[in-house]
Amino acid sequence: MAETHSLQDLQQPAVSSKVFIQRDYSSGTICRFQTKFPSELESRLDKQQFEETIQTLNNLYAEAEKLGGKSYLEGCLACLTAYTIFLCMETHYEKVLKKIARYIKDQNEKIYAPRGLLLTDPIERGLRVVEVTIFEDRSIGSGR
Amino acid sequence: MSQMHHATLDHHHHQQQQQQQQQQQPGQYNQICTRTSSCGSPAPAEGSEPPSCPAHRSRNPRRKWQVFPGRNRFYCGGRIMMARQTGVFYLTLVLILLTSGLFFTFDCPFLASNLTPAIPAVGGILFVFVMGMLFRASFSDPGVLPRATPDEAADLERQIDSAGCSRPPPRTREVLINGQTVKLKYCFTCKIFRPPRASHCSLCDNCVERFDHHCPWVGNCVGRRNYRFFYLFILSLSFLTIFIFAFVITHVILRSNRTGFLSALKDSPASVLEVVVCFFSVWSIVGLSGFHTYLISSNQTTNEDIKGSWSTKRGKDNYNPYSYGNILTNCCAALCGPLPPSLIDRRGLIQCDTPHTVSQSNGTSSNSYASTQLHSHMCDQDQCIQSTKFVLQAAATPLLHSDPVVLAPLPGKTTTLGGPCAYLAPTQPSLPSCGGDVLTLRDAAVDSHCHHHLHHHHHHHHHHFVSPEETPCTTPQGALPCPAHLHLHPQPHPPVPSPATLYDPASQDALHEDSVRGLVKLSSV
Repeated sequence: MAETHSLQDLQQPAVSSKVFIQRDYSSGTICRFQTKFPSELESRLDKQQFEETIQTLNNLYAEAEKLGGKSYLEGCLACLTAYTIFLCMETHYEKVLKKIARYIKDQNEKIYAPRGLLLTDPIERGLRVVEVTIFEDRSIGSGR
Repeated sequence: MSQMHHATLDHHHHQQQQQQQQQQQPGQYNQICTRTSSCGSPAPAEGSEPPSCPAHRSRNPRRKWQVFPGRNRFYCGGRIMMARQTGVFYLTLVLILLTSGLFFTFDCPFLASNLTPAIPAVGGILFVFVMGMLFRASFSDPGVLPRATPDEAADLERQIDSAGCSRPPPRTREVLINGQTVKLKYCFTCKIFRPPRASHCSLCDNCVERFDHHCPWVGNCVGRRNYRFFYLFILSLSFLTIFIFAFVITHVILRSNRTGFLSALKDSPASVLEVVVCFFSVWSIVGLSGFHTYLISSNQTTNEDIKGSWSTKRGKDNYNPYSYGNILTNCCAALCGPLPPSLIDRRGLIQCDTPHTVSQSNGTSSNSYASTQLHSHMCDQDQCIQSTKFVLQAAATPLLHSDPVVLAPLPGKTTTLGGPCAYLAPTQPSLPSCGGDVLTLRDAAVDSHCHHHLHHHHHHHHHHFVSPEETPCTTPQGALPCPAHLHLHPQPHPPVPSPATLYDPASQDALHEDSVRGLVKLSSV
């Protein structure tokens, strides 16, 4: 077991802290996150970059929850087929969630990981927060 | 479960020392405890399944529904989710099946041959629709919000503490939505600020989004994800009830035209039962449908309507900020809007993040993968909840007071140790407390979570209305017990350990033993 310890230590950079970006309920119950730049990230990240990420996420969630012709059609069709249609195809919301997961992965690889940060998909936190894990700055283990 | 606890005693010894050094980071406590709590006996089975616990109790990887902290029941491997009390749901099922069955067996042959076969056909379609909607409403996740991870909870606690006794009170947040000020309350059980329109269901012990009400007839909460199914169920059921009522009466009338009233009743005795059931159901179900139609058109929840949140009686300028303005949009949004997926991921596999919990004990870090952390914390919650419930049951029965397992050499713990329930570990002492000298559980640092279980267990109803948030910073720290609510609040400072107990600073289930001790004291008072 001692061997496992040291092996893991080498592979994983230490987590120094976590920042949680809370939901912004000013537009009602739709899923939006606050774009306020947390002070803990000031040393690691551009404010603009961060805001862009959060804004894109907000736009994607808005797209998922949008009320419009397409969503009504899907709802009615589903009702008529007694919701069995969702055994074959996935809902619009689920499609957008997959898109969001891809976007976050992409952002992590390109922007956040090189800076020793990690964004967690909000869906894994029940759409409550965007969790940003800040890793210790290590010469060996930085950038996953 | 108790064997597992005891088995982990030794395992904790060496962990303990390292743990004490990490009091600063709340997340770490749980990592360490996760490893030992959910990962059973200290069997060195590490090599077998790398992504899972080094020694988990069962060979099968567990799914998240098995460690779900709410009071729900799961069937079909987590696919079906219902409330704990399902008795009334079976009654609903029996009533519908019985009445419809009798209709199709006794009345339909006559009606089909004498009037038109469309009658049983339409009846059949209605019946299938009603059952479909009932099952959908009963079995789906109403929109449960998963509880906060320990890191999140700690972060929120920090924020709340730093706010101090300011306006608004620290455990509420005010948000301006569409021009209306809405208060967001902090949920003590789920450790989150509830989104607007969410509410904590005391029966299911979950926060539910857009909480409408808990329906015993359907055996589930009605919330964001199943409101449309519930509405369609009661709507179609009203049509079905009226349909059956009308056609049974028609049947009896037609028969009595031929053979006289009494012989008609003798020929089809089931009709009487059907008429009686339908007659009494019609009033309530049609009434309920009408009420919910009104709610949908004004985009309110039952909860809001009952509380009069948006009523103009509260104030001239009070209006519903969620309404879209016109009835049609409100209806479409409620019934045909996008259906969000379940946030609780019932069928996901729990993965305990072994390497990091171990490496933590060397003081390096907590987990690196947030998702695994979530999973492992679910293990913790499970342990705490299972144990606490076990403890409650034990304490409730006088016979069990002498249970040696429960009162075994109670391993103590330092009060600064997190333990599996330490969602609020470092900031515990700041919780408002009613004193309650006599009724305290020993450990100040870890009890609030378990308190809530005790609290809920005994006073489901009260949680909603009497919560610690209503006791702001000015609560006296005197020795006033709060027997009415069984508020077993922690003392602000770790008390002197009782000489009767052996303190073995190694076990995470000291928490549970302490809870038991407290309850034993309580029940002997």
